[in-house]
Amino acid sequence: MTSLVPSLAVSDHQAETAAPAKTIQPVWVRIVHWTNAFAMILMIMSGWQIYNASPLFSFSFSRSITLGGWLGGALLWHFAAMWLLMVNGLVYLALGFATGRFRKKLLPITPGGVIADTRAALTFKLSHDDLSKYNSVQKLLYAGIITVGVVIVLSGLSMWKPVQLHWLVSLFGGYDFARYVHFTCMALIVAFLVIHVALALLVPKSLRAMIIGR
Amino acid sequence: MGRLRKLLIPGVDKKLLVRDAVKTMPELTRRRFITAGTSLGALTLLTGCDVVDSSSAEELLKHVSKFNDAVQAWIFNPDALAPTFPESAITKPFPFNAYYDLDDAPEIAGADWKLEVRGLVENKKSWTLDELYKLPQVKQVTRHICVEGWSAIGSWTGTPLRDFLKLVGADMRAKYVWFQCADKDGYNSPLDMRTALHPQTQMTFKFADQILPRAYGFPMKIRVPTKLGFKNPKYVLSMEVTNDYKGGYWEDQGYNSFSGS
Repeated sequence: MTSLVPSLAVSDHQAETAAPAKTIQPVWVRIVHWTNAFAMILMIMSGWQIYNASPLFSFSFSRSITLGGWLGGALLWHFAAMWLLMVNGLVYLALGFATGRFRKKLLPITPGGVIADTRAALTFKLSHDDLSKYNSVQKLLYAGIITVGVVIVLSGLSMWKPVQLHWLVSLFGGYDFARYVHFTCMALIVAFLVIHVALALLVPKSLRAMIIGR
Repeated sequence: MGRLRKLLIPGVDKKLLVRDAVKTMPELTRRRFITAGTSLGALTLLTGCDVVDSSSAEELLKHVSKFNDAVQAWIFNPDALAPTFPESAITKPFPFNAYYDLDDAPEIAGADWKLEVRGLVENKKSWTLDELYKLPQVKQVTRHICVEGWSAIGSWTGTPLRDFLKLVGADMRAKYVWFQCADKDGYNSPLDMRTALHPQTQMTFKFADQILPRAYGFPMKIRVPTKLGFKNPKYVLSMEVTNDYKGGYWEDQGYNSFSGS
């Protein structure tokens, strides 16, 4: 959802001399991005505390990284932050389609392009003078994480309302399986977050663009 | 609501935070600040950030939880049935779950027990177990979903609560049916009337075709397949039809009151 730049080959100096400053991240993208970041962190940390009440696997999350203090507190956080996450997510999807941003930024994604750009990135040859254009790896990761975001919300809704939305639970293979789907999406988002933040810190101008727009 | 536990980010010690913040101030400001009281509220004003103010965060979360009660009541479809399963799907052994050990579960003598009926009902007579057993019963095999996340499928047999409420002439326009139970520390729980009238909400007398064992709530439990497990009272002593929200054992500690599934 932001200008993640899997290239270490471009220096700030090059980018600044390339063209006069233009808006890379419009203001609505920046607002929904940081709102999403805040909501997502609340959801993940409270979700870990909820997981601990009945772990799916043979591990629990350390209490030092969970939110809520106990199951009841974590549920209050989770079911409050979900509104922020969902409303913000819907605004993002609506504007993403309406403004044509998804089409312009994320399409097309071709297997050949992804392979070529992955190879270029791994050999530090991925040129990326223009932060406003995503390479194929970025396109794939962003389209993928948006999809994961939709699935984690839908699987979460199915677990919240397994009777009223029983058709949705069936879609996820039943209540117990929906828990694994929800957990897997969380793991994918956390993995994405680690790479995303690491690259934003390695290429600070991408972080700057997500804060001041240019 | 006194038992609502800490909701804040662990590791953030409020007192230390205030002390550190005060240290960074110039001497004069620091003195004034301390004179004015080193309250967290003051720090909130100072930083414009109330994430560290646990009481206001708690208040906000409680408000959102009440909002979620209303949203869930709106989503609740009185005709939507909880999925049912074949007997082969029943979880064996069905877990015992409570806030105490099985050894501490109430031991009730069925012959002495009577169900007390109170509040907005025409007939307030108490019911013996034999009288209740004579009412028409139906069986359901449904999924019990715990607030902790696990679930188990069980077989419950008993009288639809709505039939009993009709029988005793309950005011169906009242807001709640409030159950008081024999669990230690006094479990109780309010059930919204629309859920109480749901066709699958049941006064349960049998589990897996056997008289309800002590572990699952003898002599009577209320099976509510459209609610999380903690809103399925066991060892029921009385039911009261009321318009007042009287709170509940778990609800008062912070679990969402509607907790519908």
